[in-house]
Amino acid sequence: MIEAGRSAPEFTLPDQDGNEVSLSNYRGKTVVLVFYPLDFSPACTDQLNVYQEVLSELNEQGTDLLGISVDSAFAHKAFQHHLGATIPLLSDFQPRGAVAQRYGVFIEGRGHNERALVMVGPDGEVLWAHKSSTPLEIPGANLIFDALDQQRAA
Amino acid sequence: MTRWTSSAPPEPRADDHSRGGGLVVIEYADLECPHCAHAHLLLKQLRVTRVFRHFPVTSKHPRARVLAQAAEAAGLQGRFWDMHDSLLEDQGHLDPPHLWARARELGLDLDRFEADRRSDGVAEVVDEHFRSGIRAGVVTTPTQFFEGRAYAGVPDPALMLRLRG
Repeated sequence: MIEAGRSAPEFTLPDQDGNEVSLSNYRGKTVVLVFYPLDFSPACTDQLNVYQEVLSELNEQGTDLLGISVDSAFAHKAFQHHLGATIPLLSDFQPRGAVAQRYGVFIEGRGHNERALVMVGPDGEVLWAHKSSTPLEIPGANLIFDALDQQRAA
Repeated sequence: MTRWTSSAPPEPRADDHSRGGGLVVIEYADLECPHCAHAHLLLKQLRVTRVFRHFPVTSKHPRARVLAQAAEAAGLQGRFWDMHDSLLEDQGHLDPPHLWARARELGLDLDRFEADRRSDGVAEVVDEHFRSGIRAGVVTTPTQFFEGRAYAGVPDPALMLRLRG
């Protein structure tokens, strides 16, 4: 998995509405890439719902979230509606998981992502990366706040 | 700045909603969540100390925060647990007329209930509960804390057995 201190690989992926989103769009801000296995699996529903609840607080701390999975933009649209969430969901669909592979969070044998968080700083450097020991384990939003706190302290 | 960073596992506090006796379970729950209703029915069978904290996930359950604040407002008239039980044991009737009917059944002062459930003080209590859950790493409802460990989801048979003491 990609480590802190490295330059975050640039990418452009369609979001749930088919709009192209590039990592470089977020230059000057902090963004957390939320790699998750699949839309509509029960665990992800809880993860993104809980992150949605703290989104305004993260935004106040100058931080955005982007969800990334191998699902299609159409599936993402339906999933976003199902969640009642506004966090953009990016489709790493074709070639399957290409962006996740560059970040080292793709599970080849299963064809979907690990559950991982990658915090990218305003200058495009990876500030923090976290991977769950299994895709079933959901990282709490507290870990994101901890990482932001550590960055401020550094 | 309000802190959202990791904390130690939650401990009971003097201002918590707490009932029963014996082993202490701290529950983070959303009153509109069907899994929380299921967990409530299981925990209700046990002789344990139940400590309740709100963890409303409004993107998933649009009425969750309204219900949390209604329970807190009932609490200001000494009837938190009655409202808690009433809501979790009938999640099919959660709109304002149903809340008023429940408040009336509990003999609450309705005007006071209406004012309190919209008050900043009550909203702050719910915010504080939610924040303490985030800081303890809660990511799903219900989540129970027992002996410093988190148990996410409806209590499984192994946890139930331990809680039976």
